Amino acid sequence: MKLKQVRSILDAEVLAGNDNLDSEIYSACGADLMSDVLASKDQKSLLLTGLTNVQVIRTAQIIGDVRCIVFVRGKKPCEEILKLAEQSGITIMRTKYPLYVACGLLYKNGLVCKESD
Amino acid sequence: MDEYILTFDVKAKDFERAGEVSTNIRKILKQLSIDPEAVKKAAVACYEAEMNIVIHSYGGKIKLEVNFDRIRIIAQDNGPGIENIDLAMEEGYSTATEEIRELGFGAGMGLPNIKKNTDFFDITSQKGTGTIIVMEILF
Repeated sequence: MKLKQVRSILDAEVLAGNDNLDSEIYSACGADLMSDVLASKDQKSLLLTGLTNVQVIRTAQIIGDVRCIVFVRGKKPCEEILKLAEQSGITIMRTKYPLYVACGLLYKNGLVCKESD
Repeated sequence: MDEYILTFDVKAKDFERAGEVSTNIRKILKQLSIDPEAVKKAAVACYEAEMNIVIHSYGGKIKLEVNFDRIRIIAQDNGPGIENIDLAMEEGYSTATEEIRELGFGAGMGLPNIKKNTDFFDITSQKGTGTIIVMEILF
């Protein structure tokens, strides 16, 4: 799925990384616990979360395969996140949907969760 | 590859910068053209160890050593130490405060996650002195 499809399915606002909307993503993960994101073996090209502090983008940088972070419930991430996102080429969006609904909408449209080897 | 050694300071309770050391180490390992899977494992293990220093200790250091077949990361802190290591190794056990949990950490997954991502893992802790974690990832 392309990031611009994610934007349209979630009716999301792009806050950083507008140039990468043609990037293709293959998997997604929804979590508020960054330790769980770090512990799971899924490929995480898209991360959906309700957490808005700087640890979210640090976790994405550490994992290395996150192309986009979507903040749910209309939450606005801190400025530091947007700055680090621009530096590391990660697209940032926000949607008004809650985490459960946002994940469900993407899953229903074919974006599933893939385990890496 | 020539041996590569670098040491970084980690400040206690500096949540804004927590993770910077691990992000830098990830960049260095990538520049050394090490296998991406090994880099990812090292970065995740290092990040968990760095967060532990920030959250639980009075400050510490992370030392990175790379030689021809392995990445070795040593995380050493001055701190209260871990009272019961067996308990700390259990998934879900945590002594972190509510404030830490709000950051998305303190889920009790740190040490188990470090073990999962390393080929060699050793932890020694002394109450009142601090904790040393040695992690190795082969590539």
